[in-house]
Amino acid sequence: MEIGLSHYLSVAAVLFTIGVFGIFLNRKNVIVILMSVELILLAVNINFVAFSSFQGDLVGQIFALLVLTVAAAEAAIGLAILVVYYRNRGSIAVEDINLMKG
Amino acid sequence: MDIATLPSLTPFLPELILGVGALVLLMVGVFSGARATSLVSTLAVLVIIAAGLALLFKTPDGETFNAAFVLDPFARFFKILALIGSGFAIVMSSSFIKREKFEHFEYPVLILLATLGMMLMISANDLISVYLGLELQSLALYVVAAINRDSEKSTEAGLKYFVLGALSSGMLLYGASLVYGFTDHTQFAGIATALAAGPISTGVVFGIVLFIAGIAFKVSAVPFHMWTPDVYEGAPTPVTAFFAAAPKAAAMAMFVRALVGPFGPAIGEWQQVVTFIAIASMVLGAFAAIGQTNIKRLMAYSSIGHMGFALVGLAAGNEAGVQGVLIYMATYLAMTLGSFAVILSMRRNGKMVETTADLAGMSRTHPVTAFIFAMLLFSLAGIPPLAGFFAKFYVFLAAIDAHLYALSVIGVLSSVVGAYYYLRLVKIMYFDEPVAAFEPMSGELRVVLGLSGAFVILFVLFAGQIGAVAGLAAKTFF
Repeated sequence: MEIGLSHYLSVAAVLFTIGVFGIFLNRKNVIVILMSVELILLAVNINFVAFSSFQGDLVGQIFALLVLTVAAAEAAIGLAILVVYYRNRGSIAVEDINLMKG
Repeated sequence: MDIATLPSLTPFLPELILGVGALVLLMVGVFSGARATSLVSTLAVLVIIAAGLALLFKTPDGETFNAAFVLDPFARFFKILALIGSGFAIVMSSSFIKREKFEHFEYPVLILLATLGMMLMISANDLISVYLGLELQSLALYVVAAINRDSEKSTEAGLKYFVLGALSSGMLLYGASLVYGFTDHTQFAGIATALAAGPISTGVVFGIVLFIAGIAFKVSAVPFHMWTPDVYEGAPTPVTAFFAAAPKAAAMAMFVRALVGPFGPAIGEWQQVVTFIAIASMVLGAFAAIGQTNIKRLMAYSSIGHMGFALVGLAAGNEAGVQGVLIYMATYLAMTLGSFAVILSMRRNGKMVETTADLAGMSRTHPVTAFIFAMLLFSLAGIPPLAGFFAKFYVFLAAIDAHLYALSVIGVLSSVVGAYYYLRLVKIMYFDEPVAAFEPMSGELRVVLGLSGAFVILFVLFAGQIGAVAGLAAKTFF
């Protein structure tokens, strides 16, 4: 079977969906949310590279490289905020993030 | 094959000043010891003023970096707003820094970096530069929200903002990847040509909707507003004042440029989406604010509602609509900065207080402040002849022009509901029994409050000129 563009797009769409659901359905741990965010960015990168390669246009791959770089910075900042949060609360369970409501 | 030439840096001058300024100030902060915070704050304001002057007098309109960056009258208008918002946010935080021992010299530096991100976002003319500008702004804002790192509330606000912000960036990117895939372009001009050329495929529509969802989060429009009240309440008050003003203007600029520019030929596809977002934001902003007792939360819902009103102009999608958005954001900025100057001055017994009941009887303890705040609240409610009325007038006029009658009617009705909670604050200030007076307002807050009060009250005299400038800026796209 020939692997075409639509196969790559399907994988990316599935990964994106898993990522979004991982953020909303997860009730346990903030780390899982960070992993879900990475999953979403991964899906985007697959999209970009697949489009780029099937269209013979390099811009998509440049975009993917930039997304990778920003994702690294984003993960660093996310973990840093998580660490200061843990120092204050002593927990990173999702259901404990509830000081403000309404 | 020709060797790559260096891009022209002249339209990019204000951004260069901000970027280099931020890096230099980081070094200044590290090496200047105990007094660092106030020194770095002062210098940061000077950097912002320098960038503003460069923007006004030294930079010609033009494109650079292979048309990924564009400076046009529209970008200039919003960049001035963003610089004003950030500059006043730093100025307003200075007494807070002294009294609350808020000794983080990184704070003004991060604001400079966020402002740089905003400027890039406003000028972005390519999906790549949209993303990079947006992330530079957002990453700085996540840290600023959590800057009070010993406070549970502040770190929780930062964490919430980060998680939801990362999700929205992901949606925006997924949308961008679909748009790229189905149009073959990341440059705005290329996307516009591709969309104008043929029938618009489902993939592109999907991409545009995800893109809109991503930006709607940044302007805190319903249904992506959940973070706003929590972050506004949790973050330190000067940070909230900053969040409410400049980033909103920048995100709205990007929203307008993306939808009216590259996605302009697909207006039939996005108009309903923006109309829905606008209606939902106005209605939620009006009703959810009624029960709030914390004034920062109240301002959060108020800002959600105001973003809805600004989006009415965008939903119209015509030149008058874009002009309306420009005027709306300018008046929103002035009203927000003034209101937060009052909120920042609410101190009693050496502590910040932030419930609406604390305003009771302010007309007797602080008559001038109470009068100007009342004018700001009337303006936020949209009562003539104050600035807020004209802002609403322009956007609704454009919506009527575009035959969006249902949108206009619902908008006017929800502004009536919204008037209730603004007027309730006025009632608390003027008719409730006074509680103890606040500590005297510091000088810079008086200046900010005075300026925004003057803008709101005297707007009617300058409405023509401001409308003309906004009209010129709106012509960029038509």
